[in-house]
Order: sequence, then structure tokens, then C-alpha cells
Amino acid sequence: MFLAAAAALIAAMILALARAFAGPTVYDRILAVNLIGSQTVLLIAVMGFVTGRPDFLDISLLYALINFVATIAVLRYVKRGRAQADKQS
Amino acid sequence: MILDILSWISIAIGAFFVLVSGVGVWRMPDLFTRMHPAGLTDSTGAGFLLLGLLLQSDDWLVSVKLVLIFIFLLFTSPVATHALAHAALLDGLKPWVRSRDKARDKDGEP
Repeated sequence: MFLAAAAALIAAMILALARAFAGPTVYDRILAVNLIGSQTVLLIAVMGFVTGRPDFLDISLLYALINFVATIAVLRYVKRGRAQADKQS
Repeated sequence: MILDILSWISIAIGAFFVLVSGVGVWRMPDLFTRMHPAGLTDSTGAGFLLLGLLLQSDDWLVSVKLVLIFIFLLFTSPVATHALAHAALLDGLKPWVRSRDKARDKDGEP
């Protein structure tokens, strides 16, 4: 059952990765990367139960925090880049 | 035994919602509509998956960590989604509307 959940997570990650490649705007790619991050959090937690080592949950917790910070940082970078590009043109 | 069955049902529901969320992110026509299935993973998929794992855990520390992961996801996901939508709106991205004039441009770009 854990392996089925892991397979569903990996399939959804492939779909989100396709959206990250195909997304027409930058924001679609950021959304897809954010989604892949939260799917990775769940995948790490499930794999910890598959292998019988619940220590993986620490890594999962850390990944959730880093995922949030990374999304906000990339968004700020993109916004500032756009503003400066508009100012120069 | 009953706990096992309950946890399997919960994990199955969570995996189904995660899969639906992935399909929705791939199929939806616009960024603002894509945010809806993306939030499905963070709320329902993570909720049911972590509830199923919670019913399987023996140690109380594992349970606390699982609840903590869910609380973090519950707090950070709306903030990230709101920041993303705000940045996209400030950038001039128009929401997708079904009209006869704009029926041809599929991607909702301005």
C-alpha cells in the first residue's frame, strides 16, 4: 500500500515536471516546482515508512520548510528582475 | 486490523487526490486555474496520506512529526500560493475567461 502511494506520487511528479517544462509563463514553472516540492515531502515520508526507518520524517520536515523559503525567494527574484527589466527598456 | 484497514483506505484516498492534482496541473488551461489542483496536493492529498501514515505509526515521536509536517504544509502552502498569484497579477497576467474572441489563444497570456 505504501508502494502504491509512492507510485501515485511519482506519477503526479512526472505530470508536474511536464508542466514545469511546458509552462508558458515563469509563474507556471514556479507553481510546478512548488508542487514537486510538496510531493517530495510526502514521498520522503512514505518512503520512510516503506523502508521502516521513520527518521526520514526529519528530512521531510526540513524539506517542507526549505520548499517554502525557496518558492518565496524565487518569486522575489523574478519580481525584481521584471521591474528592473521594465525600467531599463 | 481495523486500524490497518482504515489506514489503507486513507492512504488510497490520499494517493487518488495526489494523482488527480497532478493531472489537473497538467490539463488546466491557465495559471490561476492550475493553482486549484496544485493546492489539492497540499491540503487533501497530504492530509489523507499523513493520516494514513499516522494510523500506522507506533512511536509517539513519529506521530508528532507527522502532525508537525501537516501543520507546516497547512501554513506555508496558502502563503506561497497567495504570493505567486499576487506576483502574477502584478505582472499583468490576465485570468482565463471563456469568450468567443479569446477562444483561440489557449494559454491565457496577455
